[in-house]
Formats: sequence, structure tokens, C-alpha cells
Amino acid sequence: MDELLLSIQNLTTEYHTDESVIHAVNGINLNLKKGGSLGLVGESGAGKTTTAYSIMGLLPKLTGKIAQGSILFENKDLTRLPEDEMRTIRGNEISMIFQDPMTSLNPILTVGDQIAEVLEIHGTADTHAALAKAGDMLEMVGIPRERMHEYPHQFSGGMKQRVIIAIALACNPKLLIADEPTTALDVTIQAQVLRMIRDLKAKLDTSLILISHNLGVVAQVCENVAIMYAGRIVEYGPLREVFSRPLHPYTEGLLNSIPRIEIDKERLSPIRGMMPDPSVLPRGCIFRPRCPYAAAACATKAPHITEGSGRSVMCLMHEGVIPNTMGTGGNHA
Amino acid sequence: MREQSAATPILQVQHLKKYFHTPRGNLHAVDDVSFDIQEGGTLGVVGESGCGKTTTGRAILRLIEPTGGSVIFDGNDIIKLDKSRLRVMREKMQIIFQDPYSSLDPRMTVASIIGEPLIIHGRVAGKKELLKRVHTLMEMVELEDRLYAAYPHELDGGRRQRIGIARALALEPKFIVCDEPVSSLDVSVQAQILNLMQDLQDRLGLTYMFVTHDMAVVKHISDDIAVMYLGQIIERSPAKALFARQYHPYSHALISAIPNIDSQTAEAGTILRGEIGSPIEPKPGCRFAPRCEYCIEKCFKETPPLETLEPGRQAACWLVKELSL
Repeated sequence: MDELLLSIQNLTTEYHTDESVIHAVNGINLNLKKGGSLGLVGESGAGKTTTAYSIMGLLPKLTGKIAQGSILFENKDLTRLPEDEMRTIRGNEISMIFQDPMTSLNPILTVGDQIAEVLEIHGTADTHAALAKAGDMLEMVGIPRERMHEYPHQFSGGMKQRVIIAIALACNPKLLIADEPTTALDVTIQAQVLRMIRDLKAKLDTSLILISHNLGVVAQVCENVAIMYAGRIVEYGPLREVFSRPLHPYTEGLLNSIPRIEIDKERLSPIRGMMPDPSVLPRGCIFRPRCPYAAAACATKAPHITEGSGRSVMCLMHEGVIPNTMGTGGNHA
Repeated sequence: MREQSAATPILQVQHLKKYFHTPRGNLHAVDDVSFDIQEGGTLGVVGESGCGKTTTGRAILRLIEPTGGSVIFDGNDIIKLDKSRLRVMREKMQIIFQDPYSSLDPRMTVASIIGEPLIIHGRVAGKKELLKRVHTLMEMVELEDRLYAAYPHELDGGRRQRIGIARALALEPKFIVCDEPVSSLDVSVQAQILNLMQDLQDRLGLTYMFVTHDMAVVKHISDDIAVMYLGQIIERSPAKALFARQYHPYSHALISAIPNIDSQTAEAGTILRGEIGSPIEPKPGCRFAPRCEYCIEKCFKETPPLETLEPGRQAACWLVKELSL
């Protein structure tokens, strides 16, 4: 009954430079139901944006390459689609919102024209109808339609991000990918935009992938969450369960390292060390060098995905290879 | 959290103003701000973009010249000092900048960046002593010795921010303005830097003014918090007490807007409408009134004063006694 909209299998995306191969995404699996919402969480370099660009077919042509895997969108494999077919999907059936509202709009076109342009390109409306629809879209994102004749510089950051959301939703896409949509915004404006995304998603029945480094932002909008680390999804599951009872040491570390409004902590517990260099990933488990629970086996044996009751995790503790000592603080607390 | 020395403020800011001239009139970036900071404590200054928090920090150090007011530090009014005496005073007052990517000279090595203030202020007799001091500073901020001759571009954000901290510590200051020092860092690294800053404060008895837009960070690091809106402090409170109860409707909206991990915070009604107003030639009255759901006529006519409501707590709102937020 729950139909899959997007199914990513073993996606592996690399960037080839003269000196090295950057392993940005390393064999991830992801499923998104029609009408579902998924949060993609991780720190810089985790592979979140590369995953989005792989879906959108927007990898840099000279360096970026999908080395393996498939991205099934309504049973079509996007990785094998010719560019002209991809173009009819992009912006029409799958839309993307980028992080920086300051640079994503064309400064010399009115915002109305920019919304109408998308509708015309995808042949959903003629010029006149497109402009009328552009006004409707502006109203939908809470901007008076009279402002459609104004230019981006006349809008504040929060208003620009609303315009971008209007453009992304203009063709009523089945899937919206929002990459850090509120990171550049102030917290009160962020709250307005997040509420709007949530309301519009419900109203238009759009499926959503929300990319963010901010666990709180994802918690406002998404049902499920995937935690990415060094190009892998180390944990996946219903958001509230993952955040209240993390199964992977990295998820636990992430939750412990952030200051929380609702919990008083005298001291934060950072994850020691740094994210590995994506051109030379460690053998065995990629998180081992930073993991407080790591045992000898973790250096040689790469963990597989362990699944159960709607959740999945990539850690030897859950494969029964090493004892599960989560919650004890580990061996270098 | 930290021991309070017998209520002697190390820094007293009174009626600080900074206006910028623009073609459309004066931009009131900081408009009559007064506060003090206890020695060894941390004052968190929070607010959204354009509230004047960064300008306040810079005006205190006279990195930009204030339009008016006084800044009493160590018994001297910083604003009245001449250049040479200001230079001496600057040794005791330092700043850590937000962006460790653009605030470090890309052509200088880690050691020369950290050692430069020591040379400029004549703190070291010779090269040997300089090397020794730089090593001590690097150790203090947990920078590996091998990075001595590295350049900033070779390092990640966390290590770059450690360089900025080491440089700020070089002259053994008493007071440091920390301007969004962890905002550009990933969360796991952010926690490392916050812990380091707390350790250094305990060890060296530093006083911090911590400027940030991040409410969770400010709650964690501060003893006291000042909330700013359009150039003015609208609420002042001990950190934990502020999160338990807010007196000013803006502080309330700000704290309600924080995306919480455990729940959907953005319930109907608590989301603030509209956007921050213009700081150019502001009219009299409460600057938050146009966005305030509780505003009355008086709010648009007279500026509310910062009124003491309980020990250590102040708010600037005409309705403060009637509202229970």
C-alpha cells in the first residue's frame, strides 16, 4: 500500500581529480515512500549534497561520476537516463532548493518572471497563464502577489528563500530536495520557513528529502532520518526513535556533542578526532578511529547493514561480532 | 557555574552608541547599550543578524570608534585613551573572530601568526624565547607541534580556530570578545572548541563576552545573557533563568523558535510574524512593537526602559508586569 517513490541501491559516487579519487558516497541504500519525508543528517563532507546531486543528475561533468548503483524514481533508473529525459524530470518532477538564498536567484529578472520561467520551460503554461500562476505561487509562500514585479535585491533573506521555494514547487513536483534550506536564515525566520515547508508538503502531497547538519531542523519536518558519515549511511530509522535511542556510536556522539536547550550539561562530550580524508578511507569500519567502543575487529572487518523493526544500523556491535557496550561511554570516555 | 569574585565588574559599558552615516540617515547599530561583566564570568550576547551584537563587541575594543558612551575597563575609560595608551590596554583585551578561514593571514605560518603579537608588543627578548612561548601557546590550545610551520589553508576549521585562540591568548589578556567563534564549525568540532574555551577560562581566569546567534550555545557557555534587538538590549538575565522564563516577548519568541530535537517547536501562534525593522533613524517607541503580538499604543510612542524585575534580571517592555510568557 505504501508505494515507493524513490529507491536508491548501492549508490557510489566519486570525484576524480588529477591526484586522487574522492570517495564521496560509498554504497548507500535509501527508500522514500510517496508522500514521505526523510532527513539526511551529517557533518560537512559526509556526502549529503553529493547524494542530492546524484539524484538530480547535477554532478560536475568533468569530475563527478556515479561509479555504481541505481537510483530508481518511479521505477526509472535516473543514473541511466539520457540528459534530455533527465531535463524533463528535473525541476518538474524532482525539484531542489539550495542552501544560499542570496545567490540562487537571478538578480536581473523579477521574481515573478523567475517563477513563470519554470512553468514555461516545462510547457505547463503559456506566458500569460504562467505569470498568473507565479502570482498564486507567491501568495502560497506568504508573499503578496503585487511583489512579483520586484527584483531579488528588494527582498530579505527569508523572503528570497520563500521565492526559491515557490520556484521549486511551481510545477508541483513529486519530490522536493531541500539542501540546508534554512541555514542562512535567522532563527525566527527559520521557524517561519520550516513551518511553511511542513504545511506545503502536507497540502501538495510532495515527498521531501531535507538535508541538514542541524538535528533540530530535521526534527521539525521529517518522519525518518538517515545519519551519514564519510559517504555511508550509518544509521536509519524513524526520527524520534533514532534521536531518543541511537544505535550507532556516531549518532550517539553527534547527540552528545551538541548543546541542548532542554538539557543542562556542564560539559559537552565531543567526538574525538576528525572526519577521515575521503580519498583515503580507513579499512574496516570508517568510524573506528573516532569510535569510543571500537574493538580490534573493527580495524579489519567492515560492518554490514543490520536491520530490524524499521531501523537499520551499520556497526559490528549489532552484528554480534563485538560486544554491544553502547551507553557505557566506551573505552575513552 | 564559575566562582564569582565579590561583585567587581571587570568591564562596565555605559550608554554605548555606534551610529553609521548612510545616505538615508544615521544607522543606529548600537543605541544606548549599558551592561557590565563580572571578572571571570561569561556574558553571552545574543540576537539575530543586524541586532548590533558584533558592533557592540568591536566598539568596546575600539576596533571601530564608538559614537558615544563609556567603556570602563580596569579603572580606565577606554573611549578616552589616546593611541599609545590604548595599545597598552589592548594587551589585556583581545578578540576571537568568527571565521577562521578569513581572519588568518594565508601567507603566514601557524607559528608566525601566534608569535606576531609577542613581537609587536615587545614581549620576547629573542628568537629562542619566542619559540618557547609559541610552543607553550600551541600546547595550551592543543595544537600539534608538527603544525608549527604549516599554513592556515592546510588546516581544518577547528584547528584554524585554535590558532585564532592561541593568538588572542599570546599577550595574556584578561578579557576576550568571542565573536561567533564556533558558528562556522561542524558540531563535533564545535564541542571541542567550546570545551577548550571553558578550560582556558577556568585555568587563566579569563572573562568572556560571547557573541552568538546560537541560543543553545549561548545557554551552555554563559553565566549571564543579554538579548539584543535592533541595537538595544531588551532583556538581561542569568543564563538558566532566561530559558526557564522570559520577560520580554522577543526573548520569548526567540527561544520558542529554536528547532528542538525532541519536539516540533513550531506550533501555531508562537512563530514570530514579520521581519526585523530598519535601524536607520528609528522612531521613538519599542523597536520590537511592529512584530509584537501584545503591543499597545504606548509601545509605538515611548521607548521602554530596561527595568529591574528581580535580582540580576531586567527587561525593556511596557507590559512586562502584565504579561506572563
